[in-house]
Amino acid sequence: MTLTIATSLDQVLAGLAAGARPIAGGTDLVVGARQRKASMPETLVAIDRLEELAQIDADKTHTSIGSGVTHARLMTNEVVVNNFTAIADAAALVGSPATRNVGTLGGNVMNGSPAMDTGAPLVVLGAVVELASVEGNRTLSLDELWMGPGTTSARSHELCTALVIPNPEERSGSAYVRLEYRRAMEIAVVGAAANIVLDGDGSVASARVALTAVAPTIVEVEGLDDLAGLSPTEAATRAEAASAEQATPISDLRASDRYRRHTIGVMARRAVDAAARRAAGEEIAVPVNRALGIGAS
Amino acid sequence: MAGQNAVELTVNGVPYPVTISTDRTLSTVLRNELGLTGTKEGCDDCECGACMVLLDGQPINSCSYLAAQAQGRDITTVEGLADGAELHPLQRNILATGGVQCGFCTPGMLMSAAALLAENPDPTDEEVRLGLSGNLCRCTGYARILSAVSATAVELRAD
Repeated sequence: MTLTIATSLDQVLAGLAAGARPIAGGTDLVVGARQRKASMPETLVAIDRLEELAQIDADKTHTSIGSGVTHARLMTNEVVVNNFTAIADAAALVGSPATRNVGTLGGNVMNGSPAMDTGAPLVVLGAVVELASVEGNRTLSLDELWMGPGTTSARSHELCTALVIPNPEERSGSAYVRLEYRRAMEIAVVGAAANIVLDGDGSVASARVALTAVAPTIVEVEGLDDLAGLSPTEAATRAEAASAEQATPISDLRASDRYRRHTIGVMARRAVDAAARRAAGEEIAVPVNRALGIGAS
Repeated sequence: MAGQNAVELTVNGVPYPVTISTDRTLSTVLRNELGLTGTKEGCDDCECGACMVLLDGQPINSCSYLAAQAQGRDITTVEGLADGAELHPLQRNILATGGVQCGFCTPGMLMSAAALLAENPDPTDEEVRLGLSGNLCRCTGYARILSAVSATAVELRAD
């Protein structure tokens, strides 16, 4: 086994084309290898020192968050906290301070776990993923990326370089809430993200909700178009029912399918409620799980 | 078989040239190659925090970090806290408060606490809890560890 510490993106892409696998913080890769979920790759290329992957850049219409941005930065970066608050909510819940110091957004997204915390926020915020390879770059929707638990449509020689998100609309707010049994080193039992845009009169203009750990991938709740015009409370109730109905969870160590179906609607309702309050201008600190004392079982 | 690589690790300011296989984790290299056994391996699964060390001042789980990836970075272990024979205030206070029982979690606790206080000299109780949230202790019930960290913060601010 060999490891190269890359100093340029070209070096990474050439390495991947020759069969190497990327490593950032190693919090999934190294632990997974020891748990024998997957063997360690024969050739690794370390991408954690590439400045170009660690940028958060905004222009007039979009914000690009580099795949190498750590959870510790996501939860404190002003642009992320102000404009894409649900991502900061999620990043602040990942693992422990040690995990967040080295774990990255790109790693979370590309490992493709249906329980990833940053996934549902990215979906409701309309993020797309940028992939680079020696053959060129392409952009995929998250729906096109995630194929199933731990599986993506990215080719082995492609590297996720950034997540690109439309800048927020006026009077919008987002939030991510997860059900957890403990407050650190936890994996979501279930979780929900919401992105709410309000009209000037305080009614809902649009609502997007996505769910964590209730399907083979992160899934967006369908059929929420007709929430427009409802009050945030009515919208939260509708999102609760739709989420519970559309969830297709499994039973595993963390929860039974029945418990997940029972709780996912509650998380969706709380996420919509918190997102709508933020959209109305209320300051709710990151992570919303702690600020509102919600999410604990 | 994993290939052998010659790497240099800088631990507590001292450069250590070692030849290791690439799949070795930082905790095993610290303990078995460098003899720095203050860093503990508990769960070996990124859960318990006994293996906590600082990488460029930030706490990481060394049981799940490849040693070869730490080249060129500053690694700090619990052996780097004391100033010669004089204990670091965190070490002195955790002993004084009774925050050490079996002692296995102590090095990891100290490293998380040291990083916390370096970044936030005046943490609230909640911030201390958050700073230590990646460290498990099965003896003390945490209260005395938390009070040792808070007492150290007060002491260091007074200096």
